[in-house]
Amino acid sequence: MDASLASVFLNACLVNNFVLAYFLGICPFLGVSGRVDTAVRMGGAVTFVMLVSSVCAFGIHHALILIGAPYLELIAFIVVIASAVQLVEMFVRRTSPVLFQALGVYLPLITTNCAILGLALFQTNRGYDFPHALAYALGAGAGFTLALLLISGIRERLALRPVPDLAQGLAITLVVAGILSMAFMGFAGMGSAA
Amino acid sequence: MPDELLKGLWRENPVFVQALGMCPTLAVTNSATNALAMGLATTTVLIASGMVISLIRSQIPKQARIATFILIIATFVTCVDYGIQALSLELHAALGAFISLIVVNCLILGRMEAFASKRPILPTLLDGLGMGGGFTVALLCLGAVRELLGAGSLFGLALLPAGFEPWVIMLLPGGGFFVLAGWVLVFNRLRQREQALAKPARGAA
Repeated sequence: MDASLASVFLNACLVNNFVLAYFLGICPFLGVSGRVDTAVRMGGAVTFVMLVSSVCAFGIHHALILIGAPYLELIAFIVVIASAVQLVEMFVRRTSPVLFQALGVYLPLITTNCAILGLALFQTNRGYDFPHALAYALGAGAGFTLALLLISGIRERLALRPVPDLAQGLAITLVVAGILSMAFMGFAGMGSAA
Repeated sequence: MPDELLKGLWRENPVFVQALGMCPTLAVTNSATNALAMGLATTTVLIASGMVISLIRSQIPKQARIATFILIIATFVTCVDYGIQALSLELHAALGAFISLIVVNCLILGRMEAFASKRPILPTLLDGLGMGGGFTVALLCLGAVRELLGAGSLFGLALLPAGFEPWVIMLLPGGGFFVLAGWVLVFNRLRQREQALAKPARGAA
């Protein structure tokens, strides 16, 4: 892997956006994207957990290869992600009660966000070294935040528009997401190919 | 008893009605074959982990139940992952990391929490079959439409005449969102009509 750090970042953030190209983290994308401010907080929390679990996943992958038990990888990843979320929650509660209040229930829910586990699996499959893994995690987090921000902005406007009863809610959000995804296809060719 | 089996197929369909398990639904449905394989893999994990959890449900401490569920699910997902790899390398490559991602499919954890951890083993088996079946049907609905329009074929067999210009967008991520939106619309319309039919009938009774 000789791609530059910047191209790994751009690739994860724009070209292969986790939400709009890989369909990871669709649940929070559809669930908590009603308002811009919650979307930004959710994006921040996810980015942070992504960074932590990317570092952990890097360590686990090499430790498991060392002891010759790669079949434990998936179980180890999910346990580490759950503990990382728990640790982050405790850390945030101690150091910044204000931020903890703001994130609320979204923090524990990150455990079941498939974008996090997806990130850990993808970075292992592609054999990124440590700096590249960090750049990849940052890019994925930024891409997730960007997608959440875009759709929540559109949905805030959409709430004021007459939408047919039949398409209310899930259906109209999916159509908007499809159009956003097509827009992101315009970035194809930037950064390194996946 | 049949209700446990049938509710997942229609009334509580995991994808169209409950909007659970959206990530694999959109990601691997670019062909009918992939959709079917994903549906069956998820159903296997759902049934196997549901039965294990239902068997040991009285032993699981309440505070640690989510962690226990995830560990059991992850074990079966690892088995399925290696199983698919042994059966067909091609399929394994096509589904990629999404087999491992069955662990975080909210449909499975949801059924464990809501059903398997409270009920005996037989209803859990039926529930797993029904929900897994509903999930597979939903995936097939998406996969069939996307493959037919995007490649002019179904399960790899060319169906449409050679003059048909494939809609490439259907195979790309955007197409997944559009087709799912279309199916959700169809389901909403059907349910609306069902309710409209049910209302006067109840009034007459």
